[in-house]
Formats: sequence, structure tokens, C-alpha cells
Amino acid sequence: MKLLTHNMLTSHVKGVTKGYPLLIKATEVKVNEVDFNPQFVSRMIPKLEWSALVQALGQRQDLPGELVADYEKDDEFLKKVHRVLLEVEVVEGCLQCPESGREFPISRGIPNMLLNEDEV
Amino acid sequence: MKLKELESCLQQVDVFEEPKILFEQYPTSPHIAACMLYTIQSTFDDISGKIVADLGCGCGVLSVGAAMLDAGFCVGFDIDNEALEIFRRNAEEFEISNVDLVQCDLCSLEAGAYANKFDTVIMNPPFGTKHNQGMDMKFLQAALTMAKKAVYSLHKTSTREVKLRYDLPASYKFHKKKSVDIHVDFLRFSNL
Repeated sequence: MKLLTHNMLTSHVKGVTKGYPLLIKATEVKVNEVDFNPQFVSRMIPKLEWSALVQALGQRQDLPGELVADYEKDDEFLKKVHRVLLEVEVVEGCLQCPESGREFPISRGIPNMLLNEDEV
Repeated sequence: MKLKELESCLQQVDVFEEPKILFEQYPTSPHIAACMLYTIQSTFDDISGKIVADLGCGCGVLSVGAAMLDAGFCVGFDIDNEALEIFRRNAEEFEISNVDLVQCDLCSLEAGAYANKFDTVIMNPPFGTKHNQGMDMKFLQAALTMAKKAVYSLHKTSTREVKLRYDLPASYKFHKKKSVDIHVDFLRFSNL
């Protein structure tokens, strides 16, 4: 699971009103090289929940808390965002709902967001 | 990339080992997948550099094809972990690095989930036979919420098309393109 995907995932457990952003508890993370496409990254940035991305990175992050101005002209910044969004992958671990504490397992890079019958 | 080239690549994509009737699993043929994706890109420019969702992705033939046509990023959604595992292996073999997979039930998505997160949705949804009637419409509802620009979907038989006409929200227009294969209709829904 890449952080671009994490940025759109929400917990929809019954009764939960604020299931976003999901807390990442990773036990295995890898970095995979992905072709850098500055136009794509520039287009994605305004669609992101920036604070959720910064939060997802936790201590390891070197992204600014607030989005910089004129980011589309800043190649270094776009490369950093590219790496964070598309190259960092959570392979094993889980995602935790911030409200209910429900954990969604991530196995072989695939988050399992399926709910049990009593959770729908 | 040429259409023929795309089709022959997609012939290398592994499909279901044991298709599950419960999920109406059947592979999208390489021919149909290639024609569909090629049209989406060449006529509408809705793949290259776009963020694409593949609903009910199964083993991933549409996502793999989208990646070959230079999609910016593609997310495959499916309920079945065995299909997703085959998809993961396909992505590895094709050395596709800009796809991601999510296991979820598209029929029980909350209204508004993933709203407008994607430019384009591509799908070959379950047709919804007697055990899961309306399944295709649930997929379509999810798709129309998720896509900012357009939804491309394959539907079987002409009766399906009549149903679509009835159930379609008035704010969407759709175009139909007859596939070379006479049993499948290829539909495009675009946000007005």
C-alpha cells in the first residue's frame, strides 16, 4: 500500500463518524522505484489531504506541515512528494481506525478493508 | 503503443485459477480489454497521466493495460483476496510499479466514499444474475461517485442497456460503443 492510496482510505465501521485518517502501524516497509512524472505529482497535490500525508509519515517525514507556494515549479519538492506518495510502500502491518480502534490488516501490500456483518 | 501490441501483452496476464461463481468471476478477454483501453486513451485521453480506479479488478487485466498506456496511478479494488494475489503477481511480472490494490466490498461502500478521488474509473463489473441482482448497478453507483471525469464499463446483453437507461441519474450522459464482440456493450459515462 502506497501513501497515495492511504490518503484516500477511510474506516466505515458502523457508528464511526470520523474514520479518517487511518493510523499506519507498519511492520515492514519497502521503497520501490517508480518513474517520476512531475505533471502527475503536481496534479495530485491539490487533491491530497495534506495533513493526513504529513501525519502518515510521522517522525520520518521531511515534508512541510503546510503546502509550499508555487510547488509546481519546485522540482526538488515534487520529487520528495513523488517518493512519499508512490515509492514508499507498506508491505505488512495494519491500519487502525482513529475512532473505533478497529484494525485493518495489510498483508503483502494489500490492505483488507472488508467489514464483518455486525460492523456494517 | 499500438492496439495489437497492447492486446498481445495482455494475453500474458494470468487469470483466475478457480473462478468463483459467487462473485461472478470471469476474465475480461485480452481482446476486449485492449480495445476498451485503447479507445479510452486514443479517443478520450482518459488514461495517460490520470489517476485510475479499476473496480472489481479481479486478476488485473484492465489495470495492467492502463499502466501500459501510461496511467499516472491505478488502484484495483476487489473483494476476493485470491484474485488480488494473482493481480499482485501479474503486476510483479510486468514490472508495473504504479498500481496499488485494496480489498473491499464495493457493494457496501458508504455513500460518498472515495468521492472524486479518481479521474477515470474502468471496470468490467459482475453482471448481476439472479443471485446478486443489481450488483452491476451498485458498482456503477460507486464508480460514478469515485470518478471526476468519466466511467467506462462493460455490460452484457441489450436488456442490460435498457436497465441502464432507466437507472441512470439525469446528470450523467452516456455514450455507447459497440464492441467488436457482439455480446458486450462498452459504455462511457461522463460528468456533465
